[in-house]
Amino acid sequence: MVNQNFINLLAEGKPEYTDGGVLAEFTWLIVVLPFLAAILITFFGKYLPLQGAELALGTVLFIFSYSAALLYEHATKGIANEFFINVGSIGSYDLEFGWVVDGLSIMMYFVVGTVSSLVFIYATNYMQGEIRYTFFFTSLTLFAGSMLVLVSSPTLLQLLIGWELVGVCSYLLIGHYWEKKENSSAAMKAFITNKIADVGLMIGIIVLALSTKTLRISEILYQSTHDYADIKTVAYLGGVLLFIGAMGKSAQFPLHVWLPDAMAGPTPVSALMHAATMVTAGVYLLGRMFPFYQGMASQALDIVLLFGVITLLGAGLVAVVQDDLKKVLAYSTVSQLGYMVTAMGSGAYTAGLFHLWTHAFFKALLFLGAGSVIHAVHTNNMSEMGGLRKEMPRTFSTFIIGTVALAGLPPLAGFFSKDEILASLNHEGHNLYFIISVLGAFITAFYMTRAVLLTFFGDYRGDGHPHESDKMMTIPLIILSGFAIVAGWANIPGVYTGFTKWVTTRKNYIVEYHPESFDLVAMFSGLTSGLLGIGLAYYVYQMSGNATDGDEKIKIKPIWNLLENKYYLDFFYFKFIIDPVKITFAKFVDSFNSNVLDRFVNGVGTTASKAGGIVYTNLDQGGIDKVLNLSSTGTDTIGSKVKLIQTGKTQQYLMYFLIGVIVISLIILLVL
Amino acid sequence: MESGLGLTIVVFLPLVSAIFIFLIPKKQEMLIKLVTLGSALLTFGVSLIVALQFDFYNAGDLQLGTKVSWISSINSNYEIGIDGISLPLLLLSTFISVLAIIYSFEHLPEPKNAKGMMSLILILETGMNGTFVALDLILFFVFFELVLLPMYFMIGIWGDKTVRSVSGLKNDIETRLYASIKFFVFTLFGSAFMLLGFLGLYFRGNRTFSIPELIELGSSGAFTGTFATLVFAVLFLGFAVKVPMWPLHTWLPDAHTAAPTVGSVLLAAILLKLGSYGFVRIALPILPEQAVAWAPAIAVLSAIGIIYGSLACLAQTDLKRLIAFSSVGHMGFVMLGISSLTSIGINAAMIGMVAHGIITGLLFFVSGSMAHTYHTRDMGRLGGNMKLLPKTGAILAFTAMASLGLPGLAGFWGEFMALLGAYNPLPGLNITIFRSSMVAGAIGTVLTAGYLLWMLQRVNLGEPKEEWLDKELHDADNYELVAWIPLVILTVLIGVFPKLIFGATNDAVIALVSKAFGG
Repeated sequence: MVNQNFINLLAEGKPEYTDGGVLAEFTWLIVVLPFLAAILITFFGKYLPLQGAELALGTVLFIFSYSAALLYEHATKGIANEFFINVGSIGSYDLEFGWVVDGLSIMMYFVVGTVSSLVFIYATNYMQGEIRYTFFFTSLTLFAGSMLVLVSSPTLLQLLIGWELVGVCSYLLIGHYWEKKENSSAAMKAFITNKIADVGLMIGIIVLALSTKTLRISEILYQSTHDYADIKTVAYLGGVLLFIGAMGKSAQFPLHVWLPDAMAGPTPVSALMHAATMVTAGVYLLGRMFPFYQGMASQALDIVLLFGVITLLGAGLVAVVQDDLKKVLAYSTVSQLGYMVTAMGSGAYTAGLFHLWTHAFFKALLFLGAGSVIHAVHTNNMSEMGGLRKEMPRTFSTFIIGTVALAGLPPLAGFFSKDEILASLNHEGHNLYFIISVLGAFITAFYMTRAVLLTFFGDYRGDGHPHESDKMMTIPLIILSGFAIVAGWANIPGVYTGFTKWVTTRKNYIVEYHPESFDLVAMFSGLTSGLLGIGLAYYVYQMSGNATDGDEKIKIKPIWNLLENKYYLDFFYFKFIIDPVKITFAKFVDSFNSNVLDRFVNGVGTTASKAGGIVYTNLDQGGIDKVLNLSSTGTDTIGSKVKLIQTGKTQQYLMYFLIGVIVISLIILLVL
Repeated sequence: MESGLGLTIVVFLPLVSAIFIFLIPKKQEMLIKLVTLGSALLTFGVSLIVALQFDFYNAGDLQLGTKVSWISSINSNYEIGIDGISLPLLLLSTFISVLAIIYSFEHLPEPKNAKGMMSLILILETGMNGTFVALDLILFFVFFELVLLPMYFMIGIWGDKTVRSVSGLKNDIETRLYASIKFFVFTLFGSAFMLLGFLGLYFRGNRTFSIPELIELGSSGAFTGTFATLVFAVLFLGFAVKVPMWPLHTWLPDAHTAAPTVGSVLLAAILLKLGSYGFVRIALPILPEQAVAWAPAIAVLSAIGIIYGSLACLAQTDLKRLIAFSSVGHMGFVMLGISSLTSIGINAAMIGMVAHGIITGLLFFVSGSMAHTYHTRDMGRLGGNMKLLPKTGAILAFTAMASLGLPGLAGFWGEFMALLGAYNPLPGLNITIFRSSMVAGAIGTVLTAGYLLWMLQRVNLGEPKEEWLDKELHDADNYELVAWIPLVILTVLIGVFPKLIFGATNDAVIALVSKAFGG
């Protein structure tokens, strides 16, 4: 089962690292601080000048600074260390929390810290005057904190805790405007869909924990790379189950349905959720458990790969038909997550995480840009936008940078990370998947160009006079565009491969193929398809004069309908799962309860009462009568009102029943 | 032998105070309330002292108890003591009683009568505390039965007066009347059988009612064959009714719906635990061979209970009835843990019992209070509660999250660890049955999240309905907050630091499992 090649590679030199010293030891601060801040904001936020936003901002800026320091230390010296706190024992298992400080987690801390800081700054302005402003920052801080609980986890237990806390925070944030039912329904949908996936994760954790006798991730990874027999037998099952969990958070087909609906939340939430927190959790999980997948659970990786490819193509196509700007971006996120999962599935650990890294910056940029537009025009629909490049120059230029980064043109971030994924698919000989991924790049470029043209070009089709957003909103956009340009330079084959070193420096080190130079086939196909996508979209939507008529040109009715209805997945879920459970099964159980079980119980009661009555009148009237009277007197003294409700029959009924029970009991006793 | 003074005070102080309260004239309401609160606080204080004296390094041993001859003709003794299994439940019981009394200061439903209610709570507390410390079967039985009457009266006198129709009965009947009789008769039915089981053990087991002695006998294989099967069967009936396990649960939704707030709180928080505690304290260690034989059946019934309870919740329109049915599901997890017969599973059951006591207790506090404010429990009429009663709404939302087993809060451990236990039950048990039960339980967690979130959507979120806009509605007052906030804090503390419970239970459970099942 175990890849012999892999074992041989393991024997070669480990990456160099230090224990990280004091900096690593106090990393728990960035995990605990958000929770303290959330409590403070809840109780004292309202009395502060910025209504609590300053506490939230201070927290994420601290996280950003701390993670930047960690990243610097890591890039120069290398850190890999983990810390444990015992919170109880159950049987022979230690329940432990703690924190991991290694390449993978430091990268995530930095992404969470950076994106959160910018989103929080943006939100102080964007959410100005909105309902529950203070509580919004409480939830946002908790959201970032929960994600840190997840990525800092050295045990599967804490991972599960962070995992579900992220889910509940997303529930609070998506449902922020809960006065409207559709918003609270979207929040519920996110929670429940994730909960379904969590069943997989939970059972996966149980399976792995019981076969390895530990909940520590590093120990599980050690056993899975050293040919331990117990984990070997469940590796495939465990791998698939964990991936089901990842499919929920990282929105893989067919569990992606919650993510587009999650747009019901305020835009800063979407930016945070789609870039740094929540959706990256699944990819992170695959990355954290990668030595396990690569070694014993390599068969499970085939499934990971398959779902990744389906997702990247399927969601990309749906993004083409959306009129809601945020939904274009939402399906784009699903599609890009498909790329990351595809990379993981093909065994390209670094490529998957690298795309997570670059995507975090340019997708946050795009969402915040969309928020800036929506803030100005008060609608999400691109059919009511147009021509905004003149009124909103800063939003426009930064949005273009984000678009180019996502479309994968050099030298922007997306080019490098997408190229690595394509190169890895090519290297591994997954020809079909390679072609689909190249096609995906074409689709990505197409729908993004379409969105840009519909939003920023042509004439303005809405009402009022939109104007550029406040500095508090545009400055984060500008900073993020900087990241969207340079983030990809962290890993350039043959030139500088710092990122590879960052994320592979960890205690359970990673062994994988790293290209020495650019894979020309991959680069050429990726680039060409990107340019073709942009060109075609430009031709369809711009050359024709009126941008909105573009859709009509490419509409092939049945396919367009299929995509507009999102492959009828929601319909299917409601018709065949939710409604039957919520209505048919639930009603059946309830009616079974009252019409079968209760009827039986009541029947027995009546019968016993009658039987008791017969015994009573025929056998023991005098004796029992006395007891009965005694008990009524006693009752009266205890509760003076009891007589009002006790019509007299109650006590008789009870007495009869008691006699019935005693008779039955005596019979059984005699049999004994 | 130690004096057992502390535990004796914890058990009998409430009863003595209840008698004392009988002597206070009914008019002196404040005095009655203060005496009750003082007594409950003192009881709680003594139980804390007992906990401090408790030797956690030997949590598997029965401690701080005594054994005094009681009914010598049948060799029944006043034998009490606690170990790591009973200690958390005892503390829960003394603590919840205090909160219930604080809540009752201002929130007595019609017909008020503080004297009656306060003395009933105290009598109930003696029964509950006594059950958790009793180490003699007759003593256990007396306490176990003692809780019936106060609860019966609470439901019957302070309960819901509306008249409803009941399937199988010809005439309509008052909700509280039907519920109180059903509760009483159902439980009595179970415990009559239980007593039979106790008698059986007595006659076969060298004429002793002492639980520790019977455990010694049981683990050396004294009870076998048809006899043991029958005894386990009747004990099962007695305990399963109380838990309640499917399909013996039908008294529960009615009792909870009809009961006054304090009644439902105590019922959910403590009374249900008497049954599951009985399994762990008596049925499992005394009849280990039978426990193994019955375990798969218990696992299946628990799994059915989890799914059935959750589905029933989805169909409810009555807020309190929904929470009542949720207990069927949650106690299903507790019983699933117990049925695995492993130290993980039984630990899960222990923390599950405490967590359910805290969380569902709080849910009944909040929902009862809401029913009182709105004069309806119909979720179709509620809505926008977050706007109308923001404090109550926030606590309801928090508690619902805790109830759905959110990690980081108390409810998580019982659920997750029960599933963990069920995946690998005691060697020799049918793996397929247990793993299927585990999967059913895991699906149950999704359904649980479903009905609780749906409840929140219907009750808490949205805009308030028109009928409430011109009404003056009072949000939680100080008495309510004082009763509720400690439970919120406990939910978080146990969630973050489960050692608070496992620290006591783990060694005791390991000792129990290794003695009974050698595992």
